[in-house]
Amino acid sequence: MTSAVTTLKPESTHRDESRIWKKLKGNKSAALGFILVLFFVGIAVLAPILPIDDPTGTSWSAIRKAPSDAYWFGTDELGRDILSRMIWGAQASLLAGVVSVAIAVLIGVPFGLIAGYFGGWLDGIISRATDALLATPFLILAIALAAFLGPSLTNAMIAIGLSAMPIFVRLTRGQVLSVKTEDYVEGARAIGLSHTLIILRYILPNVFAPILVQATLAVATAIIAEASLSFLGLGQQPPAPSWGSMLNVAKNFLSQAPWMAMWPGAAIFLVVLGFNLLGDGLRDALDPRET
Amino acid sequence: MYSYIGRRILITIPTLLLVSVFVFILQKLLPGDPILVLAGEERDPEVIAFLREKYRLNDPIPYQYFYWISSVLQGDFGISLRTNQPVLELIKEKLPVTIQLAVMAMIIAFVIGIPTGILSAIKKGTITDYLANIVALSGLSVPNFWLGIMLILLVSVNLGWLPASGYQPLFEDPIKSLQTMIMPAFVLGTALAATLMRHTRSAMLGVLKADYIRTARAKGLFESVVVLKHAFRNALLPIVTLSALLFGELLAGAVLTEQIFTIPGFGKLIVDAVFNRDYAVVQGVVLCTAVGFIFMNLLADVAYLVLNPRLRDQV
Amino acid sequence: MRKLTLAATMAALAVGVAPGISPATAADLRIGLQEDPDVLDPDQSRTFVGRIVYAAVCDKLVDITPDLEIIPQLATGWSWSDDGLTLTMDLREGVTFHDGTPFDAEAVKANIERSKTMPESRRKSELSSIETTQVTGSHQVKFTLASPDATLIAQFADRAGMMLSPTAAAEKGVELGLAPVCSGPFKFVERVQQDRIVLEKFDGYWNKDAIHIDKVTYLPIPDTTVRLANLRAGDLDMLERLAAPDAASVKGDSSLQYAEAVSLGYQGITVNVGNGDRAKNPLGEDPRIRQALELSIDREALNQVVFEGAFKPGNQSFPTTSPWYDKSLPMPARDVEKAKSLLKEAGYDKLEIEVQVANNPVQMQVMQVVQAMAAEAGFDVKIKATEFATLLQEQSAGNYQGSQIGWSGRVDPDGNIHQFMTCKGGINDSKYCNPEIDALLNAARQSTDNAVRKAKYDEARKILSKDLPIIYLYHQTWIWALSEKVEGFAAYPDGMIRLENVKIN
Repeated sequence: MTSAVTTLKPESTHRDESRIWKKLKGNKSAALGFILVLFFVGIAVLAPILPIDDPTGTSWSAIRKAPSDAYWFGTDELGRDILSRMIWGAQASLLAGVVSVAIAVLIGVPFGLIAGYFGGWLDGIISRATDALLATPFLILAIALAAFLGPSLTNAMIAIGLSAMPIFVRLTRGQVLSVKTEDYVEGARAIGLSHTLIILRYILPNVFAPILVQATLAVATAIIAEASLSFLGLGQQPPAPSWGSMLNVAKNFLSQAPWMAMWPGAAIFLVVLGFNLLGDGLRDALDPRET
Repeated sequence: MYSYIGRRILITIPTLLLVSVFVFILQKLLPGDPILVLAGEERDPEVIAFLREKYRLNDPIPYQYFYWISSVLQGDFGISLRTNQPVLELIKEKLPVTIQLAVMAMIIAFVIGIPTGILSAIKKGTITDYLANIVALSGLSVPNFWLGIMLILLVSVNLGWLPASGYQPLFEDPIKSLQTMIMPAFVLGTALAATLMRHTRSAMLGVLKADYIRTARAKGLFESVVVLKHAFRNALLPIVTLSALLFGELLAGAVLTEQIFTIPGFGKLIVDAVFNRDYAVVQGVVLCTAVGFIFMNLLADVAYLVLNPRLRDQV
Repeated sequence: MRKLTLAATMAALAVGVAPGISPATAADLRIGLQEDPDVLDPDQSRTFVGRIVYAAVCDKLVDITPDLEIIPQLATGWSWSDDGLTLTMDLREGVTFHDGTPFDAEAVKANIERSKTMPESRRKSELSSIETTQVTGSHQVKFTLASPDATLIAQFADRAGMMLSPTAAAEKGVELGLAPVCSGPFKFVERVQQDRIVLEKFDGYWNKDAIHIDKVTYLPIPDTTVRLANLRAGDLDMLERLAAPDAASVKGDSSLQYAEAVSLGYQGITVNVGNGDRAKNPLGEDPRIRQALELSIDREALNQVVFEGAFKPGNQSFPTTSPWYDKSLPMPARDVEKAKSLLKEAGYDKLEIEVQVANNPVQMQVMQVVQAMAAEAGFDVKIKATEFATLLQEQSAGNYQGSQIGWSGRVDPDGNIHQFMTCKGGINDSKYCNPEIDALLNAARQSTDNAVRKAKYDEARKILSKDLPIIYLYHQTWIWALSEKVEGFAAYPDGMIRLENVKIN
């Protein structure tokens, strides 16, 4: 908008990783987010060596028992230890959350950049295809994928990623539209920089914030979506646990066994909180205007 | 700009065609045979053969599509395989319900999401910011069914304040209608509020650091004027994009929430239709929600032009 | 001629309401259903939940008692010829349909023709034995059969016996399902798909003294927790298919009533024994392995874990409460050692099998229990969750090893076994084929002597319990929860809600 902005921009392209890291470390809430995410990743990775019960071990004499000394988190509808299912379920759920969002971002953002930056018929095609994808019910996409790719967690992630993608296309495109008329972009174009260079150096860093925010939010949706897919036979296969499928079953026992919904609900909340706080920190650290 | 809008509306037609072809093909590729379900428990082979013929399921898929699209162009959307009701009638029945729920949910999302987003951006790094974040994120991560059932148990069963279910059309009995819709709208709205809040906060943070805001502050303008007039207006773009998307998604139906509050909207209709392979219903509803998505995205694009006049030269 | 004329007495019972009780004013009844019914035409209908609505809208030729005895409804009496090839029915006089058309022999003939000839009709196989329907009097019909069919009367107690107004049927054709016109106690008012079906009292009902409700609204509420919450909040007066784990809390709630009846149907695992190439696996080829699988399952524990003991464990096509149950073959106790040795005999220490299951939480839970139990005997059960449309397709195409599926049940025992176990049975998806079984089940179908039929079924059961094309697991119990305001509700094993004599205070 003003020339001051123009002078600030080149600096942003020279920032180095250690500076971002330093900023991130200095940010208390980002540190908290980092710890939360690290904690859940930690238990997911360590699940096989932690001294916990078999997550699929049933006990007919301990159906839906409230939390107690024997079962810290209580037991589920088949008498399985919820604590060990939570720990083992972390793997599936974190993967479902992170990988599917990564798929959505990696496909969605480039398309959004192209559509917004070049405009014209490219924008037309990408935008209309996005509309078409948005209008396709998630269920149809999911069942079709389950049928073609076969049931597995990986394919569930692909299905979730594909359905979360359009929002990233639209969001990126919208941001690009607002950024590309800025003076520093016009300036870069005037001096004849290549499109790729302009997009990577001047556009991408400035459209990053909303994408990051959306990505950290989408993790929650993806974790919950995995549940509906495992229900269709596409996600985590029974009896292996995931937080989403635990929640799904808990739905039928909300009044008889409220703890069954409480633990996975709380875990999803904490993971999402962690990712969002971390995302905030990253956002600040990456923001070229922040000093 | 008007010619731009005109052009965009014209483009809608090929887009809708594209959507309908895409969904049609995808549906035909789904496993599961609707006729086996339709034929009843006894699965009489004679009935199966007849129904296949009747619903033209023996024809090659392109023929089926052209038959469907030409009927649609003549205003005939076909009938539901499951209940024999005309699809158009179903859409007419459910559309007002879906729109009412979507509008109410969006209002709640805006009322909660945007002020908290602005507040938490202004008070960044303070307790207020943290609290706003935690509240918003819990709205997002609390599963809809959990919140919905808890609300029914608390508000309807224990307190007896609101009916647990029983949709009333808005124009038949506005008060009862709002009473039955407020809980589901709240459940949906709080989830969306988180998304709006986070994006508002982020966009506001970006804008608040910009030079023109510093300039405005330096000029000694009141903080509230700075925030609302200068900063918020410029932070609107991602919020507009998102609102359009979120509203579009609401139009496609909120299955779980509808199911819990027994609201006869698009969500439940389409899920049942997909599971029963009720092709005509799926096609009809998808076409309808596609119009919704396209319209909302068009609105968003027009809003970009209004908010960022420089873009106007380019369209 | 053996006369089965319970007519006079039973009709009196059905009509017999204590005189002097005046109907309550504007009594509305709201009933929560688990699903939204399909098309509302008895001839095109295919769902259980639809039948619940017909129970109020459409009268049938005959009805059942809670003990499954056949009693008159629109037919007042009937008799079989000695060769079992002719059935003569006397019809109730003074009955009119909701549109004013009188009910008579011509109407019955038209209805039977519609069920048998309308291309969309799902009732054809149920009435296939009827060759001709003759009007032998203004209120008497004679059915001539191609071969003796003991099951026919029971078919008349369900959708095949529901009488539609011939005027409306001729006028509306297949679209009658949008607004059915019958002669039952309530007439159809409106339907909003997935929201409600509204009926109102039919003033011209022949038995209107037994009807104390003015308006009935059926509300499909699929979520069981929410359905119960609606009842508790007073938004419903009764609901069907209460989730078994909720039974205890309903029984303990003084403002609610609890009612139950063991269903006529069953749930089990259908094994692919001869349906295409996928039958060529140890489970499909070797009955010892199926026996081992059965022995590895503790049905009582399954019932306790998933249904808190509310359902009935079972090992036959009829529940243990049924007169047709073969008591000489009781439910085998779980025997893991024997299961292991059978498996070993067949040549396996460990065996992987795949069982598909419909993706609803309860059936998934059932299969996970089976999975855990069978694991102890050496079975590695892979659960394949699919949606119902796919499950059915895979099953009829033979693309499965095991399939967890059930049957809603029929009044006549034939309906629970013949079409599944005979070589050419219409829904024999396991493609089990044994000429001996065919002979026994066909004979049982043709005899009208219940003792003879029972002997045939018992004999067939001896073979089937070794061959095990279907491993029966349990019989569902229909559970209703009602507000204390509702009076006079009777639980029937067919799961229907009959509104005769039901009052709301």
